[in-house]
Parts: sequence; structure tokens; C-alpha cells
Amino acid sequence: MSNLIKFKIDGVECMTERGKFIVEAALENGIFIPTLCNMPGVKPKGSCRICTVKINGRLMTSCTTPVADGMEIESNSAEINELRKSIVELLFVSGNHFCPACEKSGNCELQALGYYYQMMVPRYPYEFPLREVDASSPHIIKDQNRCILCKRCIKTIKDEEGKSFFAFHDRGHRLEVVLDKEMGSQMSEALAEEAMKNCPVGSILKKEKGFNQAIGSRKFDKKAIGSDVKL
Amino acid sequence: MKNTVKQIVEKYGNDKTRLMDILIDTQETFGFIGQEAVELLAHQLGMSQVDVNQTISFYHFFSTKPRGEYAIYLNDSAVAHMFGRQAVKEAFEKEVGIKFGEVTADGKIGLFNTACIGMNDQEPAAIINNKVFTRLTPYRVREIIKHIREGRKVEGLINESFGDGKNQLPSLRAMVSSNIRRKGMILSDDYVYGSVTRDILPKMSPEAVIAEIKHSHIRGRGGAGFPTGLKWEFCRRAKGEKHFVLCNADEGEPGTFKDRVILTEKPELVFEGMTIAGYAIGSDEGVLYLRYEYRYMKEYLEQVLAKMRAENQLGKNIGGIEGFDFDIRIQFGAGAYVCGEESALIESLEGKRGEPRDKPPFPVEKGYLNQPTIINNVETFATAVRIVQNGGEWFTQFGTEDSTGTKILSISGDCMFPGVYEVNWGFNVADMLNMVGAYDVQGVQVGGPSGTLIGPDEFHRTLGYSDLSTGGSMIIFGRQRNLLKDVVLNFMEFFIEESCGSCSTCRNMTQVMTNKLKKILNGKGVAKDLDDLKQWGKVLQASRCGLGQTAGNPIISSLKNFAPLYDALIQKDKDFDEGFDLVASVQNSCKYVGRVPNFNHH
Ligand SMILES: Cc1cc2nc3c(=O)[nH]c(=O)nc-3n(C[C@H](O)[C@H](O)[C@H](O)COP(=O)(O)O)c2cc1C
Ligand code: SF4
Ligand code: FES
Repeated sequence: MSNLIKFKIDGVECMTERGKFIVEAALENGIFIPTLCNMPGVKPKGSCRICTVKINGRLMTSCTTPVADGMEIESNSAEINELRKSIVELLFVSGNHFCPACEKSGNCELQALGYYYQMMVPRYPYEFPLREVDASSPHIIKDQNRCILCKRCIKTIKDEEGKSFFAFHDRGHRLEVVLDKEMGSQMSEALAEEAMKNCPVGSILKKEKGFNQAIGSRKFDKKAIGSDVKL
Repeated sequence: MKNTVKQIVEKYGNDKTRLMDILIDTQETFGFIGQEAVELLAHQLGMSQVDVNQTISFYHFFSTKPRGEYAIYLNDSAVAHMFGRQAVKEAFEKEVGIKFGEVTADGKIGLFNTACIGMNDQEPAAIINNKVFTRLTPYRVREIIKHIREGRKVEGLINESFGDGKNQLPSLRAMVSSNIRRKGMILSDDYVYGSVTRDILPKMSPEAVIAEIKHSHIRGRGGAGFPTGLKWEFCRRAKGEKHFVLCNADEGEPGTFKDRVILTEKPELVFEGMTIAGYAIGSDEGVLYLRYEYRYMKEYLEQVLAKMRAENQLGKNIGGIEGFDFDIRIQFGAGAYVCGEESALIESLEGKRGEPRDKPPFPVEKGYLNQPTIINNVETFATAVRIVQNGGEWFTQFGTEDSTGTKILSISGDCMFPGVYEVNWGFNVADMLNMVGAYDVQGVQVGGPSGTLIGPDEFHRTLGYSDLSTGGSMIIFGRQRNLLKDVVLNFMEFFIEESCGSCSTCRNMTQVMTNKLKKILNGKGVAKDLDDLKQWGKVLQASRCGLGQTAGNPIISSLKNFAPLYDALIQKDKDFDEGFDLVASVQNSCKYVGRVPNFNHH
């Protein structure tokens, strides 16, 4: 029993095992905290900041912060929701996200969060950056217009020796996720499929598979993101 | 090439975590790290090419394209601009015949901009093939380029006037001046280095050392102000295979240069401080992480380390203490301000991009190579020596109750005597301005771009952790300066350039706010823009590290303290202005579709 700890999210008593990150522990307790860059089971790197919560007056990312005994977490408050909505809007204006024309529409986590936070139009001016599309690999398309730099592909798509297919390039506002030319040309279909699945948006697409599933019947077309989280 | 690359990689034991050194050696050998080198490195190290490239592309001084036999990096800091950078830049472009960002067709000379190189007290300054050239003027530029064309080596470009103090030593021969204007316990000459490790340490237990440091109430001098004694204690208690001592000499905050001066004039003190820390936390390995801008000190500092080894100040059984071994190596960065953030520094030290880590865990538990690690600023280590020498109690008589000891300030900008001043904490800004001969001051940037811009009605405030906290950067702006255009915008562009890019907030909000600032500077602003900036800036609080969290400060603090400057720029007769420039947009779109715009028809 000593491994069980108590904590609170928005005043609700919760319980979990020691060592869990806040997002996981919240889910176990039926509480949804939005995420974008996080993937269950993969070492987190809090980069999208969407899962930000407030603990002791400090903003912390719940995908990277382990729950501590007696922790009191503020998540679904006006201030935090406003922050998360701002982040969604920032991601929209800093890329070129044209949902109606996107192969990932309905399965896209960014789009789903746009709906979740009832974003009508972003409050920030669109940047309309000039971005490239890399279609040189036989199996995938890497569309920089839609990339939100979550690092999920970098962390998960590797060859047998552990070498990564994807990596960051440059820094700051010029940051991109790029595909290794040599390895990309030899990527297996299965890995290409996996890469598309792991991308939260439509930046990695498996060639010829974009519309396999009809729009309207996709994951978030049916139910809002987070709505299946239950105790 | 193949053999050379192989030798470089082998020199560092085929160790991926030494990628920074490997890349620096490769770059210095070939002048750049081309595709062929990337392939060889990737192959030799068992990495993918994109993986090697992601480290290369992170650092300003690495390049996959040739940067010229003489790569000239001209400092782009706000203070450089105040002291004639524009004229110097134009002279370079005219004499060389290319624009900044380009290399001459014969591959001889390249011109590049670079963020503050830590020479704010002697601007405009540039780095040419790792040598620093200070106090540049168009005349000097002509001379330098002429000499380059004549085939002189970079050493031959330096005119006879070397800087002051140890800059004249044969191992330095730098044009840099230390400009020490006020000495206190750290810069004073009355300490004989080595006496603490030789005479005092053997009589003290590691716990006793930590107790003295705690008793002194010293807080970190790098800016964040964490209590040093606690940090050492946490690290000593943390379990690991090995403990590490890291000295943060990244000194990237624009306007700071005191670490450069301490390392030039008192390097033994810093290394002795690291050694004492090693004794306290139980570590036998220290690393000095030195920014690449200070590469000109390499030979000098290595000689100092060699001398200290020869004198048993470093090495085995130091000070005759059985089993107390400690040594120090120097790790260079390669141009990234964020690498001054402690966890980014560790990532860089491990051969990776300098992306800050999520905390917890903190470096004292899991730092370099995931082992317990302390990181302290150059000045913190130097100060620790005097604390152990004289006792924690002695130290508390200097400064104020919550900010004990002295602080070394880097003072630059509009004043008679820019340079380094060691003062007791508790000094107020008005006194400081009087001390340095600054008259008719419009504002002072306290703590660099990530700090605050204050105006005359706040000059009564004092320097200390409870009021104006600072890592020591003080930039003074006279009445004649255009604060928003020449200072605030320059600082915002610095943050955009230096963000690691990992956080959505820091990567994007800096740009969004800067765009809005430019809109206001272009006369297109309205009152709502000012409210937007205040509101939007809050989003940056959700960033992972201090860079993002403070990146809005230039705008936020000037909005607060210099509101009339903004008010004077915004349009009073309009509530809304999209800031959209129809003519420019039409011209731009015509360019892409190959049409000629004709505005007369409308
Ligand atoms: C973006 C950023 C840059 C920093 N740069 C430096 C630096 O150049 N030198 C430094 O000592 N600390 C720097 N710091 C602070 C370090 O993270 C850390 O707090 C400090 O090195 C700890 O040493 P101290 O306690 O002795 O000050 C920086 C922090 C941030 C967020
Ligand atoms: S705040 Fe900025 S610099 Fe710091 S980790 Fe985030 S993106 Fe990188
Ligand atoms: S999900 Fe936590 S920071 Fe992205």
C-alpha cells in the first residue's frame, strides 16, 4: 500500500502509484489533460506545453512532472484553459494548417483541440510561412507546413540499430523536423505507417493512404477529444 | 579527408558524447563540416546523418558550407550599434565587396553577424578566426582587409596595442582590455592562489566546507540566485557512480563580460573554487564550459591548468589529502546563448543540441551523464575560495542581509568608464551611474535583455536578490537613444535567434510579439496592440526554461516603464489597423506569378 499516493486535481481527490507522471495519473482517475507532444510509454519531452498545469503557483507540464504525495494540481481552470487555447492558436498561426484540404482531418489532434477549446479564429495574426514539402522518400511525405515540432517521430521511428530517421534541424523559429535522405529512401512500409500514425497532425503522410478512411467517420469526427476518458 | 575525420573521432574515443569536440576539430581542420564529413562522422559514430546534422545546425559557429579562409563575425549587440557598428559594417561590405552572410567567390573572406561576444566595453568588436578585434572603426576595417588580401595570417592583423593586464601575456596576446575599474575580494591581488587547497582544505572535512558555504549565504552569481551551499549539499547527498563539477562560462547574456575578465585575470581562483567544490561534493572531475567566443583564451587557460597540475593544485592527492583527486578539462560551446541554461549546458556537454531538460529531475540528482552534478557560475566558484579562506561569517559582513558578499558588474553603454566593477550588494542604481560617469541617462537595462529596463524614477532601487536581481549586466542608455527601435527590437530579435525552438510558446510567441512591435514602430499600431502585447506576453510563462519565460521582458518591461514612448507611436484616430500593406503584398504576389503590378488602374 505504501506505493499508493494521494493527490488532488482541481479539488478532486485522486490516487495513484508513486512515480507516475501527472497526465497518466489523471487519466487513471478519469480526468483528461490535453497533450500533443506526449506519447504514452515514450520518454516525455515537454515541448508543446499544452498539458501545462499549475502547482503551488508554478506552471509545470503534466507530461513530465511526476505526481508527489499530497500534490494539489490546478488544471481545468479559466486561466489554464485560456493558456492552452492560446497555445493551440499559436500552433495554428505559425504553420499553414488548412484543415478542409488535409488528409489527416478528423484524426488530427491539433484540429481536435481547436474544436475542444472552441477556437473560432486565432487571436494572433497568421504568419503564412513559406515551408517545404519533402516527397523524396518512396513511402512518405513530410509536409513542413503542418509540422508542430512535437518530436514524436524523432523519438519513436528508428531502425534496428537505434538510428533515427527523423531529427531536428536548425533552432528557434527556423526549427524543422527533417527526414534522413538515405534512411528515408529505405524506410519500410510498416515503419512509414507507424510514422504517420505517430504524427499528431498531417505532417507525415503515408503515400497513397491519405484518404483510406472516409472523412466524417474518423476518430474525432465522432467524438470530441478527451470525451472517452472515464473512470 | 577520411583518415583525418577518423583520427579526430578516435582522438575522442569514438565517443558520441564528445560530439562537440569532434565537430569543433572537424570545423577547424576543414573550415566547415561538409556533406562528406557528415557522412564519415555519422558512419564512424553509428549515427544517422540527420542526427549529426541536428547538432551541427543548432550551433551558430558550425557550418556545413565554407565560411571563408578568414571568417569575420561582427558583433550585433545593441551596444555595438551605439558605438558605430553600422559604419563598420558598411566598411566591411565595401572593402570586401560582399554582403553580410556571404563568402567571397575566391573563398577567402566571409562576413557574418553574431550575437553579443562579451566585449560590450570595447565595441564594435569582431571575431576573425578565433581572435577578437576590438574598438573597430572604418579605418581599421580597411587596414584589416588590406592585410588579409596581402596574405597576412590572422595574428598579423592585430596592431601592436594589446589589451591591459594579462591580455599581454604571450599565451594570450589579445587586443581585449580587462577594464577593471573597482576591485573587491575577488578581483583583489591580495590572495595567493592555492593557499586554501594547500593550507586550509586538509584541515576541513567536506561537510565543514559545505557548512561554511551555507553559512555565508552566498547565492549563485549566474543570475538565478540559488543558494550555493544547498546546491552542494544536495549533490553531495545524491547517489551516483560519479559526481561532477561544472563551471558555467557560457556568458551569453548580452552585456555581460565579467566572466571573461575573471577568467583572464584570476583563472587560478576559478579553478581552485572548482577544486574545493570537488572536495565538498566528492567529485574528481570538473569541466569548464567556455563559450566559443572566448576560444582565444584556450592556450592560456590550458597553460594555467598545466601549471596547476605541476604544482599539485590539480591531480592526485591534492594538498596532500590522501585520495583527493581532481582534474579539470575545458569544453567549448559553439555559439548558443541557451547553452548557458544549466541543463542545456549539460546536453551540449554530452554532444547534443543545447535543449534544456525538463525539471525535475535537477542536475544535482541527474546531471552530466545522468550523474549528480553541480553547475555554478565562474564568479560563484571564485567567491567560494574567499569564503573557505575567511569563513562564512566573515563573508556576511559584505553586502546586505539577503544578498551577502560582492558582485562583479559588467557596465557598458553610454558612460565614461565602461568596464568591470566589483561592488558590495546593496549598491543603488543612481550611485552606480555616478560611479561610472553616466549623465543624462534615459534608462538602464539591468540584468541584460532577460532582465528589466528601468527609467530614472527607479534609479533609487538597489542591486540585490530582493530588489533588482542581476547576473551583472548593466547597459546604460543616454537620452539620445531610440529605446524601442534600437534596444527593445534588438533584444527581441536576439531571443528569436537564440531560442532552442523546443517550446511552442518560446518558438512562436517571441516572433508574434516582435511582429507586433514592428507594426507599432512602422506607425501602424493602435491602442489595442499595447493591450495585446501585455496579455500575449503571459503565454511565455509556460515555457520550459528561463529563456522563454523572460523572452518577452524587453517589451513587457518597456511597456511598463516607458509607456509614453509607445503612446507616441500609436495612431490616436483609429481603433483598428490590420497593419496590412496592400502595395507590398501585391508586389510580392506579382513576383511569384510573374506579373507586373500596376497600381494606377485602381
Ligand atoms: C537562457 C539562460 C542562459 C543562462 N546563461 C548563463 C550563463 O551564461 N552563465 C551562468 O552562469 N548562468 C547562466 N544561466 C543560469 C544557469 O542556468 C544556472 O542557474 C547557473 O549557471 C547556476 O550557477 P550559479 O548558481 O552559480 O549562478 C542561464 C540561464 C538561462 C535560462
Ligand atoms: S523556453 Fe525556449 S529556449 Fe527554453 S527550452 Fe523552451 S524553446 Fe528552448
Ligand atoms: S504534452 Fe506535455 S508538453 Fe506536450
